[in-house]
Amino acid sequence: MNFDFSDDQKMLKDQVRRFLEDKCPIERVRAVLESDQTMAADIWSGLAELGVGGAAIPEEYGGLGLSTLELCVVAEELGRAVAPVPFSSSIYMAAEALRLFGSEEQKQHWLPKLAAGEIIGTLAAAEGVQAPNPRNLECRIEGGSLSGHKLPVADGLDADVAIVLCQSEKGPSLALVDLSQDKAQASAVQTIDPTRGHARIDFNGATAELIGAAGEGWDMYTRIEAGAAVLMAFEQVGGAQAAMDMARTYALDRYAFGRQIGSYQAIKHKIADMYVKLELARSNCYYGAMVLANEGHDLEIAAAASRIAATEAYRFAAQENIQVHGGIGFTWEANPQFHYRRAKLLGLALGSASRWKDRLVSALERANLAS
Amino acid sequence: MDFNDTKEEASFRAEVRSWLEANAQLKDPRKARAGRSIRPESERLERARAWQAKKAEAGYAAITWPKEYGGLGGSSIQSVIYSQEEAHFDVPGGFYEIGLGMCIPTMLAWATEEQKQRFVKPALYGEEIWCQLFSEPSAGSDVAGLRTKAERDGDDWVINGQKVWTSGAHYCDYGIIVTRSDPTVPKHKGLTFFFLDMKSPGIEIRPIKQITGDANFNEVFFTDVRVPDSQRLGAVGEGWKVALTTLMNERLAIGQGTGVDYNELLQLARDTELESGPAIKDSNVREHLADWYVQTQGLKYTKFRTLTALSKGQQPGPESSIGKIVSGPKMQDLAGFGMELQGQGGILHDGELSPLNAAFQNQWFGGAGYRIAGGTDEILRNIVSEQVLGLPQDVRVDKTVPYNELPKGK
Repeated sequence: MNFDFSDDQKMLKDQVRRFLEDKCPIERVRAVLESDQTMAADIWSGLAELGVGGAAIPEEYGGLGLSTLELCVVAEELGRAVAPVPFSSSIYMAAEALRLFGSEEQKQHWLPKLAAGEIIGTLAAAEGVQAPNPRNLECRIEGGSLSGHKLPVADGLDADVAIVLCQSEKGPSLALVDLSQDKAQASAVQTIDPTRGHARIDFNGATAELIGAAGEGWDMYTRIEAGAAVLMAFEQVGGAQAAMDMARTYALDRYAFGRQIGSYQAIKHKIADMYVKLELARSNCYYGAMVLANEGHDLEIAAAASRIAATEAYRFAAQENIQVHGGIGFTWEANPQFHYRRAKLLGLALGSASRWKDRLVSALERANLAS
Repeated sequence: MDFNDTKEEASFRAEVRSWLEANAQLKDPRKARAGRSIRPESERLERARAWQAKKAEAGYAAITWPKEYGGLGGSSIQSVIYSQEEAHFDVPGGFYEIGLGMCIPTMLAWATEEQKQRFVKPALYGEEIWCQLFSEPSAGSDVAGLRTKAERDGDDWVINGQKVWTSGAHYCDYGIIVTRSDPTVPKHKGLTFFFLDMKSPGIEIRPIKQITGDANFNEVFFTDVRVPDSQRLGAVGEGWKVALTTLMNERLAIGQGTGVDYNELLQLARDTELESGPAIKDSNVREHLADWYVQTQGLKYTKFRTLTALSKGQQPGPESSIGKIVSGPKMQDLAGFGMELQGQGGILHDGELSPLNAAFQNQWFGGAGYRIAGGTDEILRNIVSEQVLGLPQDVRVDKTVPYNELPKGK
């Protein structure tokens, strides 16, 4: 039994943690919140120098040629630091989409720049306040020209290239769009977590090319989502751990009725529950990581389980951390807000928990019928 | 990252597997979920005794114990591998877990060499069965608050009082017991620990009828029961220290619940038609199924993380403490939800009429007990928050006050 990350992977994790503890303390996250910045450019370039963005990208496309396991340990640290960087959009979504489904030419052109962090990519699927599905997409590609809008698009203001889920005459498709053209216009939108910029992007006959075959976009999209779900689940686990640690520290420091509030079972059992949910999530995520790295046949099941468990762990830790803090936890000056915002943002970024539970049971039904 | 055995583990597994194949029958998957065993207890005990002797002869009855006491001198991971393999075979169990999991390890830690030579092997070979006498009517989670008295009389101690929740007391040969020898000092300091012959005069054993109607436990009454001082384990007044040795092993000895899980619920949902259509298509049913699947897998992979630590020769991390906190409520809630899917018929508790031989109903009852046995959900949360997360103990009013001055309630 060897159900753990390797020593090298743990060293990488330590390295990223030390970098983020040094350069990305919570004050740096607050600086993004309290300014009109949409990301922390210095952290992004620091990560690029560490080379972590290219971990899972093959060497012939400028990456390190390692695996998604390395991305998992990086993700956990980014989540712990609530890092204001477009890593998930650019790496888990755009680079992974290209690695999996891009043509040789597309990979040659885009992956080295994404790996080096020279450009930022994103994946655009939603078109407003309802979840996208194969039937309700209005964004449309025809003859290499894309029209419609996407909202919200994570890191849409900073992205150089977008992979867009759109409709075509053959059905749902994925289109690759260079965002430097005038026919693609990004505008800022307000979200619950301004430490991660989001945009609306309007395409007015923008030049676009297909990724993979027309009509196969939905299947490719769900595969990209499944991989991203595992990686993002590690961010959620890192965030849940940080929120729990924050609650624990406060419960030790704060006195009420003559003693530490952490000595009351109402408080300590709440924190124990955070721990239980966190460990359930971590264990599901380890399995998700293993299946993703091996391209296992049950990726859909493992990814959904990782995401469901991690979303729940972070939701609970983030919201109950505020409760442990009491009134101060509801203030702007206190730090629990960062996790409250980020937990909900990540919990919706790839679609709601209900959607993933439905996906999970569908996959289990298929597996159960097959066996 | 993988689930593979190391070379040594694989060869031990193969060795164990071939021994099991030669000595036991593989489980019949069609009968895997048979409900309650219908054989009488005496017959089950005879089968278990024979199997225990066979296992001990081969060295597999106590893999991690030293060879001089009949063990294999093996590692924890070997012990796990044996259990994993044995689980594929139809072998009797249920009589020796407490004795070998809790009582004999306590003897190994505290008894004299002569006593170990006398008692360890007969227990290992199944010739003598042991029970544990800790809980009392007024001392459950707060077991150090126990009242059973031990008074010194010459070379003996005289024990008076009552113990409860003693599994198997009626067929056991020996027991370990913690008693109050001095009520005038704070409660943890006035305890003394013994082992005793369960056939001693003055011991009366009565079954406790549970809410299931079954009687798996007993209450044990002590009236002037004499125990020689030579059967004391640890010093007078240091019984709590000895008890901790036993309790440390308790969480290891209390097994995972078996019974209905998400697979059975998935199948039930497939077979059930609700007003709105097939239950499996109902979004509420699907959310529940997903949640329990994720919990089940979370526990499974947490165990794999623990095994990984053992396999590398490390101590398992604190994550192994979450198992019973999650599985207890899950057992109870999942079973209750399965009954809901059965509609008004969910109230039936009938092996013929209820699905899976009434496994949902049985587990709904059993789950209520599982959440209490071997540490309640609440005590386990205290353990996680204090021992894993380093949060402070609750303010204690009972630590410095003499036992006989503590408020006791009824």
